[in-house]
Amino acid sequence: MFGFGILTGLIVLPLIGAGFILSLQGDDEATRRNARWAALITTVLTFVLSLVAWSRFDIANPGFQLIEQKAWLGDTILYKLGVDGISMPFVLLTTFLVPFCIAASWESINTRVREYMIAFLVLETLMIGVFAALDLVLFYVFFEGGLIPMFLIIGIWGGKWRIYASFKFFLYTLAGSLLMLLAIFAMYGVAGTTDIVTLLKTSFPVDMQKYLWLAFFASFAVKMPMWPVHTWLPDAHVEAPTAGSVILAGILLKMGGYGFLRFSLPMFPDASQYFAPMVFTLSIIAIIYTSLVALVQEDMKKLIAYSSVAHMGFVTMGIFAFNQQGVQGAVFQMVSHGLVSGALFLCVGVIYDRIHTREIAAYGGLVKRMPLYAVAMMVFTMANVGLPGTSGFVGEFLTLVGAFNANSWVALFATTGVILSAAYALFLYRRIIFGVLDKPALASIQDLSMREIALLAPLLVLTIYYGVQPGPILEACNASVTLLVKNFDTALAVTKTAALALH
Amino acid sequence: MTSLSFQLAHTLPELILAAGALVLLLLGAYKSTKGDWIISELAIGLLGIAFLTLFAPLDGKALIWDGAFIDDAFSRFMKGLALIGALASLLLSREYMAREKIDQFEFPVLILLATVGMMMLISAQNLIGLYLGLELMSLALYVVAAFHRDNLRASEAGLKYFVLGALSSGMLLYGSSLLYGFAGTISFTGIAEAIRGEVSIGVIFGLVFLLSGLAFKMSMVPFHMWTPDVYEGAPTPVTAFFASAPKMAAVAITLRIIITAFPGVTTQWQQIIVFMSILSMALGSFAAIGQTNLKRLMAYSSIGHMGFAMVGLVSGTQQGVYGVLIYMAIYLAMTLGTFAALLSMRVGDKYVETISDLAGLSRNRGGMAFLLAMLMLSLAGIPPLAGFFAKLYVFQPAIQAGFYWLAVIGVLLSVVSTFYYLRIVKVIYFDQPAANFDPVQREVTGVLWVASFVVLMFWIYPAPVLNAAANAAKSLF
Repeated sequence: MFGFGILTGLIVLPLIGAGFILSLQGDDEATRRNARWAALITTVLTFVLSLVAWSRFDIANPGFQLIEQKAWLGDTILYKLGVDGISMPFVLLTTFLVPFCIAASWESINTRVREYMIAFLVLETLMIGVFAALDLVLFYVFFEGGLIPMFLIIGIWGGKWRIYASFKFFLYTLAGSLLMLLAIFAMYGVAGTTDIVTLLKTSFPVDMQKYLWLAFFASFAVKMPMWPVHTWLPDAHVEAPTAGSVILAGILLKMGGYGFLRFSLPMFPDASQYFAPMVFTLSIIAIIYTSLVALVQEDMKKLIAYSSVAHMGFVTMGIFAFNQQGVQGAVFQMVSHGLVSGALFLCVGVIYDRIHTREIAAYGGLVKRMPLYAVAMMVFTMANVGLPGTSGFVGEFLTLVGAFNANSWVALFATTGVILSAAYALFLYRRIIFGVLDKPALASIQDLSMREIALLAPLLVLTIYYGVQPGPILEACNASVTLLVKNFDTALAVTKTAALALH
Repeated sequence: MTSLSFQLAHTLPELILAAGALVLLLLGAYKSTKGDWIISELAIGLLGIAFLTLFAPLDGKALIWDGAFIDDAFSRFMKGLALIGALASLLLSREYMAREKIDQFEFPVLILLATVGMMMLISAQNLIGLYLGLELMSLALYVVAAFHRDNLRASEAGLKYFVLGALSSGMLLYGSSLLYGFAGTISFTGIAEAIRGEVSIGVIFGLVFLLSGLAFKMSMVPFHMWTPDVYEGAPTPVTAFFASAPKMAAVAITLRIIITAFPGVTTQWQQIIVFMSILSMALGSFAAIGQTNLKRLMAYSSIGHMGFAMVGLVSGTQQGVYGVLIYMAIYLAMTLGTFAALLSMRVGDKYVETISDLAGLSRNRGGMAFLLAMLMLSLAGIPPLAGFFAKLYVFQPAIQAGFYWLAVIGVLLSVVSTFYYLRIVKVIYFDQPAANFDPVQREVTGVLWVASFVVLMFWIYPAPVLNAAANAAKSLF
């Protein structure tokens, strides 16, 4: 339509919904209900549209598809969109998760509902834009623009320390991203364009690559988040409303991993190779250290937040193994973690809505009053641990295989993290679900409502489905990942020959 | 020798304003009673007409008045910005001046005269033209700064501005005479010819003094001391004027003189600009953190923004000038929008001045709260708002020219400055609501909406501003 393609449709659709909600007047119960329904319908429609895009997507083609292009800032900075096997899963994950966020906020958000829904819809637009952008500046605009709605979501509807958390989130991420912006200018200076497709074919001088890589790393490592710049995440998670945590863990963290795959690896192969030991070290520290930190947490959300940092350690480890298993495992792990950690935060939200505390000590023996909840929580906890048969296993296994091929010591240390994750996850489960139900507040707690069952059931099904049948996700990214790894090896070989020729 | 009609055609906007100001002065002296709005309306009309004449289809460059005055795409672009600034400030002033009981007819006349000075300054092509324009502008500005003469703070602001301004004019004159002495000419292009090749120490001294005088007008560190006091003390519409129009003129003449007169001493002026730019960005970012008064905060913010704009100039390339022009255009929209928002918040007869007065604004005035928050985030340079693109276009040429450290320091300082902009957003959105504000007149709301529209929508259709700025930058080289 109007010369725009389906990806623009995906980006614009939530904005239309936001515009509609903006036009609603008043703050009575009817307006709130309308705003909720409008947001839900919009996000579901966006999901349906993304399925249409998926049906037009050819998984055998490793290149970019559904491309659209318009002049934007002059002739060299374009409005260019397109997806390949690496970005398509994330687009789908985004459109899939947002309706859950809206539904999860159905009863827990009662103040300024209109603004809340608008913030979420704008956030969805920006997130889809990040994964669909094929121009670096456009990517940056979406990447950074997402800070504004998230800042408001944490700051307005968050918990007690929301202001501290929102500022920390914003400033940490901004500081990292601005360095990336400078690197983008430098790349523009070399290539004369910010078109990602062209930049993927450009080879940057090896010395320059290192600086560019570090600048991009500053941004993605904060976003991911990697140890030691992860400290904003526990704060942001704890203070954000449930749906905010779901989006944060489900999508926003994945932007870092996506950035490594889209930019760092293919554009700066020599620098990636050079810095790989550093990334491995940081990943291992993240896996072991944050798992240990998770063990001693007293706040449920904080525990899951630390476990996210550990799981993201597997992702970076897999990516920087530079082989098919590692990279595919990383993509799978990100999608799976998006579902599982999102679901875990929803589970925390369920009991938080009833008791209004996230302190682990305030619970115990929930299985007696909430059997359905105990089952759901069990599946997601097991998936978080990486039990075979759940989606968590596939990702962890593949990244470990990839890392083992690259460097067996890395795999050795990382595997201890799996054991630790079982420890903290099971410990959490035991303290909340089992034990004696002796807290008076819990005596009359209700089991899952229909809305909550509808919320958790699809995630539960997918978690198990992808655990037994990981094919769909792996096949989707297979062709693109193969191309990525092949180009990476070729680029390294070229530099090696050049270096040999000099001697 | 050029024909009279040719000269008239190329100086039409200046003539309209100069003649118009004199007529309005007479009209005011004979007819006007206090509280009469007609003179202001006429002044707004004159500014509007002058703005429209900028679009006259005149060809290329015209150098007239014995090389003192140049009319080119660059001057038209910057004059356009200065006129918008003056026009918007007059629109903003009406209600405020009436409430403070200082709505005398001299105010719009002074604004017109200052604007004529700015336009002369923007078009100056030799040192005499520069000084004439600068003084015409400054004299009018000294008076409007102290326009609220019964108010202690305003008179203090005016006096301070006058004393320091006179000092800076002195430095500028001293620099000019050094340049004349060592280069033997007052024309910018002549200076460029004369200092090609070997550079004498006298020229360097002249350059330093000249740039110091101009830095004072741009309020760059270390010549910024007047800014916070004047911004805080002057009546708010006057502050809006100070923050918009004269800045455009000062930046324009700085760009012009550096590019046309000093291409031979690039390394020398680059040092000065880099130094002032880093200091301005740093001071603008750190000093604003502790402020509680919004006008004072905006003063520090403007110091910082001038530092950022000058990052574009450092490269000395056409791309860099292009960046600065875009920066100034976007900065104009952001600053006018912010002051319009400040002027539309009033409880009884008292206008909002401290940050804490904004508490919970989003509950009482959702629309305006949103716009003000967006303006703040735009000032911080967060995409997709216009402020981001402003930063984009000044940092890019700096990186291209190899000023990596300057760029890294710049972006890190911009993170620091983000903190205090976010603090305002926080007060607006996160805090508990305070007093409700009284409704305001349409003009103020209009300025707010137009400015916010530019800031919010720039990313959708940036082509007009970009093309105009590209043309303007090209005409300077």
